[in-house]
Amino acid sequence: MKYSSQMVAKPYFIFALILFAGQILFGLLMGMQYIDGDVGFPYIPFNVARMVHTNLLIVWLLFGFMGASYYLVPEEAETELYSPKLAMITFWVFAVAGVATILGYLLVPYAELAKLTHNEILPTMGREFLEQPTITKIGIVLVCLSYVFNIAMTILKGRKTVINMVLITGLIGLSVFFLFSFYNPENLVLDKFFWWFVIHLWVEGVWELIMGALLAFVLIKVTGVDREHIEKWLYVIIAMALISGLIGMGHHFFFIGPPPYWLWMGSIFSALEPVPFFMMVLFAYKMVNERRRQHANKVAVTWAKGTAVMAFLGAGVWGFLHTLAPVNYYTHGSQLTAAHGHLAFFGAYAMVVMCVISYAMPIMRGRPEGNSIKAQKVELVGFWLMCIGMIGITLALTAAGAWQVALQRLPESGEALNFMSTQDELMSFYWIRLISGVVFSLGLVAYFASFFVDKKQTQQVAIG
Amino acid sequence: MAEKFTKSMARNIYYGGSFFFLLLLFGLTVDTVRQLPKRDHRENITAEVAHGKEIWENNNCIGCHSLMGEGAYYAPELANVFDRRGAGNEDAFRGYLRGWINAQPLDVPHRRKMPQFNLSDEEIDALSEFLIWTSRIEDNNWPPNIEG
Repeated sequence: MKYSSQMVAKPYFIFALILFAGQILFGLLMGMQYIDGDVGFPYIPFNVARMVHTNLLIVWLLFGFMGASYYLVPEEAETELYSPKLAMITFWVFAVAGVATILGYLLVPYAELAKLTHNEILPTMGREFLEQPTITKIGIVLVCLSYVFNIAMTILKGRKTVINMVLITGLIGLSVFFLFSFYNPENLVLDKFFWWFVIHLWVEGVWELIMGALLAFVLIKVTGVDREHIEKWLYVIIAMALISGLIGMGHHFFFIGPPPYWLWMGSIFSALEPVPFFMMVLFAYKMVNERRRQHANKVAVTWAKGTAVMAFLGAGVWGFLHTLAPVNYYTHGSQLTAAHGHLAFFGAYAMVVMCVISYAMPIMRGRPEGNSIKAQKVELVGFWLMCIGMIGITLALTAAGAWQVALQRLPESGEALNFMSTQDELMSFYWIRLISGVVFSLGLVAYFASFFVDKKQTQQVAIG
Repeated sequence: MAEKFTKSMARNIYYGGSFFFLLLLFGLTVDTVRQLPKRDHRENITAEVAHGKEIWENNNCIGCHSLMGEGAYYAPELANVFDRRGAGNEDAFRGYLRGWINAQPLDVPHRRKMPQFNLSDEEIDALSEFLIWTSRIEDNNWPPNIEG
């Protein structure tokens, strides 16, 4: 570690992983509720569990992005972080606000929470992923402002590398597009249309910039490949991400009210969305093959390749599967959507954060060449169990979705099975999903255990 | 990538491409917003419809149900519930929804459970109005059939 202020990343990473564990617990609960509706009811109804599951995901990824930025920006800029103190204040504000919001979901009925936080003054609650009370949303804006300010000031006083510039562009985009969450008109169609300006432009837009920058940073560090070369790839990847993804947003506008031209425009552009993810796979593998050094932190290299591959499968392949309007007409809002969502979020964003953690955390713990071989092996077991578990979840939900479409969507009215009866038919898939979720959780346990195994440091392995 | 393809070329594609498509997105957004009034029939958004949307949001209905295919997939689609359960009759639908929501949670072991939200009759009627209005949005004929 070159700059002492990079250490502020550590609490961000630790807290991100704690929230990640919480996310998985609620995921398991929902996996059970899908099979037996009595589980947890009425204490934690499905809607509460889901809100906690998805909100924890968003918050832990944000903590992960923040930790990653605080770690890599000073190193890239070759200067200390503008204000480590501000970064720590931001950490505590975000942590307290995040925990309070989750407790609010769990301890009081949602309608009560809306009343307590005076949602009527500026109603923003009760929309998917944006369930946070308005006061929490304002908190998120302030946290993002402070974070982006800190990162921007650091970049301004230091070296302006491509990685830093791409990252800050992504972070500014993240903050700006979040402002659409405050627009909640009476008109449901306008509400839904602009809701996507947060959700889509985050995960299929500016977050890809962030992911690209994080991946490029780790690849430079672990492969020693020439920066010029890596930066060229980064530019092409994010160019393709925005060229396909901006108008690709149209694939969300097929059936929620906007005019029909989105049917073909959304189809064509979103069909290109796998391209940047495919390039990330080529990028990761090519850089590792052309490496100039053999970094002893081998598992970090595995994460880098893994995130590219799993993101391509989840966001690219599984996205393409149902993105064309004639297909989406039948699959929209089915279990296929859930299959895609799980693999895409895990592959692209959960894994890229764990990739940075895998690289940076050992360094912050005084092991510049990575954890011991034993600890890396345990981490690798965690990596594979999580990947296999998530693929299991995805395949189970894909099969469930396809069968759901066949029973409930394809037949004519009168012939088609109703929603609840269809769900009963899908039960065996939901069992496979739950078992896969247990495998994933075991992977998470192994991953956590790897932080505590054998604290000795590995020796540097040099190659010619 | 071939050496002839330089970093500055890549950078220009990034800046040029994203600027162009951002502008295009802006233009299409303006056009969509202009066209929406004839597709969403906003002239029919009464105070009751708006109140219904508030109730929809304040009880986190989207946490289990989908609405126009968006939301959770744990409970049935509701953008066409008026057509499915009311068969196009507004009074019948209002009556149905009052009965249904008041009867929750159903005492059927292991069935997915809908919580009791303790809504007043006026609130349930507002929810009905909101769902009736929603069912009439022009949405390119989605869903494919009445089951949602």
